[in-house]
Amino acid sequence: MIITLSITKTIQDWLIGMMPEGVASILAMVIVALIYLAIFAVAGLYLVLLERKVAAWFQLRIGPNRVGYWGLLQTMADALKLVSKELTGTIKADKFLYNLAPYFVIISSLMALAVFPFTKEFQAFDINIGIFFLIAISSIGVIGILLGGWSSNNKFALIGAMRSGVQTISYELSVGLSLLTMVLLTGSLQLSEIVEVQKEGWLILQGHVPAIIAFMIYMIAGTAETNRAPFDMVEAESELGAGFHTEYSGMKFAYFFLAEFINMFIIAAIATTVFFGGWLSPFGITESLPWLGIFWFLGKTLVIVFLMMWFRWTFPRLRIDQLLTLEWKYLLPINLVNIVIMAIIVWLNLTIKF
Amino acid sequence: MDTTIVKSNFKSEEYFINMGPQHPATHGVLRLLLTIDGEIIKKVEPDLGYIHRSIEKMCERDSYQQIVHLTDRMDYLSSHINNEAVCLTVENALQLEMPDRVKVIRTILSELTRIASHCLWWGVMGMDVGALTTYFYGFRDREMINDIFEETCGARLTMNYNIPGGLMFDVHPNFVKRTKDFIAHFKTKLPEYDTLLTGNVIFQKRTKGVGILTKEDAISFGASGPVGRASGYSCDVRKHHPYSAYDRVTFNEAIKTEGDTFARYQVRIQEMWESISIIEQLIDNIPDGDVQVATNAVIKLPKGEYYQKVETARGELGVYIISTGTKNPYRVKFRSPGFSNLSLLNHIAVGGKIGDLVASMATLDLVIPDIDR
Repeated sequence: MIITLSITKTIQDWLIGMMPEGVASILAMVIVALIYLAIFAVAGLYLVLLERKVAAWFQLRIGPNRVGYWGLLQTMADALKLVSKELTGTIKADKFLYNLAPYFVIISSLMALAVFPFTKEFQAFDINIGIFFLIAISSIGVIGILLGGWSSNNKFALIGAMRSGVQTISYELSVGLSLLTMVLLTGSLQLSEIVEVQKEGWLILQGHVPAIIAFMIYMIAGTAETNRAPFDMVEAESELGAGFHTEYSGMKFAYFFLAEFINMFIIAAIATTVFFGGWLSPFGITESLPWLGIFWFLGKTLVIVFLMMWFRWTFPRLRIDQLLTLEWKYLLPINLVNIVIMAIIVWLNLTIKF
Repeated sequence: MDTTIVKSNFKSEEYFINMGPQHPATHGVLRLLLTIDGEIIKKVEPDLGYIHRSIEKMCERDSYQQIVHLTDRMDYLSSHINNEAVCLTVENALQLEMPDRVKVIRTILSELTRIASHCLWWGVMGMDVGALTTYFYGFRDREMINDIFEETCGARLTMNYNIPGGLMFDVHPNFVKRTKDFIAHFKTKLPEYDTLLTGNVIFQKRTKGVGILTKEDAISFGASGPVGRASGYSCDVRKHHPYSAYDRVTFNEAIKTEGDTFARYQVRIQEMWESISIIEQLIDNIPDGDVQVATNAVIKLPKGEYYQKVETARGELGVYIISTGTKNPYRVKFRSPGFSNLSLLNHIAVGGKIGDLVASMATLDLVIPDIDR
């Protein structure tokens, strides 16, 4: 396994001048981890704010506009409130698992965040099985949800957790297969490599018809992966109250809540990287100005995040059996056929390249 | 109910769950005792009484003018129609003939109440199946009606505008203009409801063929209003026993034969169009005249039994008064639509999923204070 540590490497090189090599590499890792924690917190909080603003626009409302200019500090205030709240719990909860569950959820999203090339060289670690790593890591989150629902000794939470298990296991197949369809085009699982390939045109254009089908399947399955409406069976508030996090309060609840938004960001970021050229600009100017890549990466990601919010505030929720029917009877067969079509296209060299 | 008894009857794979009294889908303090096998509903048992206020008993204590105010608090979304039911009963007993102006204004306000109630129902129906945006669309339009009510009688929800013998006072001079404005506005917004929710594939999948109620069952459970009409049971009191000004307007009784959740949904949407048509027929020629008929300060009904039914937004509301000739009724009984409609919940929900239960319950349009009087 070849790991090229790009920003970690830069920081490490800078630190080596001041201290022994071993200390420097450990310190570099800690610094990078802190940078990513900060990104995690800021991105999570502002995605919550964005969601509230978008929801307000859809619903003929104004949204938060009291704390800070245009409500910009609202979610900060909410987070502070949640930190200061008492952590209540149920007496009959399985204490160890109950306390452990939120960390599973939040660690899985945090780890997934680390492999994205936000721009050239801005990547915590560039792993050569990047896509595989993302699929693997994102399925750890569901363990946290299952544990949280099961250990809190609440039937509504248990139903929510079981739904989540069923849903995530099913839709992971579609996420994985639709990404594999695109991997056929790139011939690499490494995320930085996938972005490099797209200098000849975004993959969604290179792979034309099957790529568009794969993107649509990916968006549906990705929305289901994050447990958001129209697939929010897990916390269907009109059915289960709050679902798996019914018994969580304060910061533990906030972990689940933030992880949901970070997962949405991750799903959108994967879509950006794999389908829409990652940090590359559509006009080919990022090669000379690599830091501009962050702007393009975030811009594309936020457009897809907006799309997912649009789903949430428009569609009603599916029923659990319809959810499984959609996956196993429609998405999965279409996906398998789509892979074959993509393979044929790659084999006959029918891809579009600029 | 004693839960320990229930537990002993359980098969190993079934479990018991308490839905309510505090639960988002019960729209109030209704408690449902669910027996569930995985996701499949085996039994639904509504448990009532959490908001019982003895309204019928309080009626025996109060004079006939005071009873009207209590009825606001039953089905608070049809408060005007509830008031009208009591007033019509008292007026029939006293054999008072209302001036045309009173009849027409009562009818217009009743239909506005019906639209407001259906708007709220549409909003929460969407919310129950997971489309949160509908709530705000429904409330946007309902707000305009509430503004009209506020200008008419000072109250937005519990109106108290009817009194035995007519109306409390005449309508505001702006009433006709604002109602027309609302109708013009609502005619452009009602198609939006269809675009947002009715046409949605997920919504149709969630509601079609779910919670089916046959015509025979509808009749035997005493279903009324949109619930009965969606099963093909023609039960519109406005059509069969016209009161106030309903005999001078033409409208279609919204009837569907499927009897499923989607049919109940469509009936209510159709009813909003019919209400618009009724208001349009009446609003331009409200007759001049008095808004009250002189009654005694203390109303005493002649000895006897009186019954009057009206069509509220939820169905048939019956008022049954037994009088012994004194200033208080001897006994008052309200036949509320919500109670009968709730009784068929177990019948339509068994065998469905938890999501189906919520969707079916949303189209029964329950208002809990109407059930627990």
